[in-house]
Amino acid sequence: MSAGHTFFSVTGLTKDFGGIRAVDDLCFSVEKGSITGIIGPNGAGKTTVFNLVTGVYRPTSGAIHLMGEPIGGLRPDAIVRKGIARTFQNIRLFNRQSCLENVMTPLLQRERHSFVGSVLRTPGARRRQRDLADRGRSLLASLGLEPFASQQANTLPYGLQRKLEIVRALATGPELLLLDEPAAGMNPEETKRLAELIAEIRERFDVTILLIEHHMDLVMNICEPIVVMNFGALLACGTPDEVRSNPDVIAAYLGKGKKSHDASAQG
Amino acid sequence: MDYILSVATLAGINMIAVLGLSVFTGFTGLFSLGHAAFIAVGAYTSAVLTYYYYVPFALALVAGSAMAGAVSLVIGIPTLRAKLRSDYFAIAILGFGEALRVLLENLTITNGARGLPGIDSFTTPFTVLFCLAVSVVLVSNFLRSRWGAACIAIREDPIAAEMAGVRLFRTRLLSLMVSAVFCGLSGGLMAHYLSFIQPVMFTLTQSTQLLAAVIAGGMGSISGPLIASFAFIALPEALRVAQMWRLVAYGLLLVLIMVYRPQGLMGYREITSLFGKRRDDGRRER
Repeated sequence: MSAGHTFFSVTGLTKDFGGIRAVDDLCFSVEKGSITGIIGPNGAGKTTVFNLVTGVYRPTSGAIHLMGEPIGGLRPDAIVRKGIARTFQNIRLFNRQSCLENVMTPLLQRERHSFVGSVLRTPGARRRQRDLADRGRSLLASLGLEPFASQQANTLPYGLQRKLEIVRALATGPELLLLDEPAAGMNPEETKRLAELIAEIRERFDVTILLIEHHMDLVMNICEPIVVMNFGALLACGTPDEVRSNPDVIAAYLGKGKKSHDASAQG
Repeated sequence: MDYILSVATLAGINMIAVLGLSVFTGFTGLFSLGHAAFIAVGAYTSAVLTYYYYVPFALALVAGSAMAGAVSLVIGIPTLRAKLRSDYFAIAILGFGEALRVLLENLTITNGARGLPGIDSFTTPFTVLFCLAVSVVLVSNFLRSRWGAACIAIREDPIAAEMAGVRLFRTRLLSLMVSAVFCGLSGGLMAHYLSFIQPVMFTLTQSTQLLAAVIAGGMGSISGPLIASFAFIALPEALRVAQMWRLVAYGLLLVLIMVYRPQGLMGYREITSLFGKRRDDGRRER
């Protein structure tokens, strides 16, 4: 337990869509430097939580705090400036732009440029733009995407598009990185490499990671703690072993098959 | 010769307006059916200034552009703050454009529906060429800036753009203002070239023609819409010999572009990329 305020927390978070309660009085917190996983059956409200945290939706009630500051109900771009970045379940890149431009956009938005200087393209403005392009290239290089810098984003293979989305999120300079099913559509080998990459990103960029995932091997290997949601509410929270042996979680999500499968594999 | 020059001048004036609209429609992804209103504001503001107050032409042009930019805020703030989506916005601004035209028809200073005759013809082909060149440079610099990157990100995916730190409302408003300023400049040049302006010149038809040039030229290209807008002005003139068929040919051209190049003449590229392309490919193969 850390002293003082928690790094990130949601308390009593609720979201109604008409008569449907998508998120129901949800409370959990994230420790700085952790890789926290959110799991749960389809429709449990996991992505809705991400949309609430990033300001895409307004919470019906409840609070969201980042580093002691309330951020619930702020505009998405304001939340980005507070230090939260995300990727999307179904990739959302700036498709017809190059990889470098995809990364340059968030980098540029963090800068304070003079409008007149930019429109007249003064030597100073040019220099700053060049420096920024160099930073963009080194960000791309950090995830091995530099060879594709000038390639149009939607022509990249699927796996690289996911990586590019992560680089774009990192370019906003986040404290907390939200990954929405980063391993979706990946085979076990790719998933394993992604798990290593996520751990590496945490070290290199000094970010805390909160991720939604259905690949249990990835979640159980790199996430601690794990938050389990069901019907919009918190079902359980704890270490991978605690979650795995929790009877409620087994009944709602993991299923009994996993255990008997393990047993037969050993026998 | 004089005739060709005057057609080219009118085309150049039109190109400045198309350039402005391409910032908003081509690069920010919002459709407008009312940009003729900003041309009207530029035309009337600058004409009234030179006609009644003997303000120097250059200053009147700047004032016309500034006024068009200011007027764009009137319609931009409420509609863009409400995040009206593309077609809803297009209709809102269409209503605004028509309302503004009716206003011009009823003001005394604009001489109502009869129009303002006898405006000094200060605009020369050279002025137009100069303004067009400056506009192209300013617009392309804008698009490479922080704000241009934000506009293009919004066109590609508004939600992802916000997650990249783009301020949606402000950026869209800025884009509308920039486009209105260039339309205003175009209007000022037009008033002082034709030396006569009348509210009926700024109807939905003109707004549609601007939009057609941007779409036919390629959304996300500067050179494409400029080429298209030149063609749209020059072609009907060139076809005057076949008087009866020229509008048919004009319509046919639009249909053909939409069928065979739905992304527009230049798509998302610039004409300059055609020259550099071969060399790039060769390098990659090695």
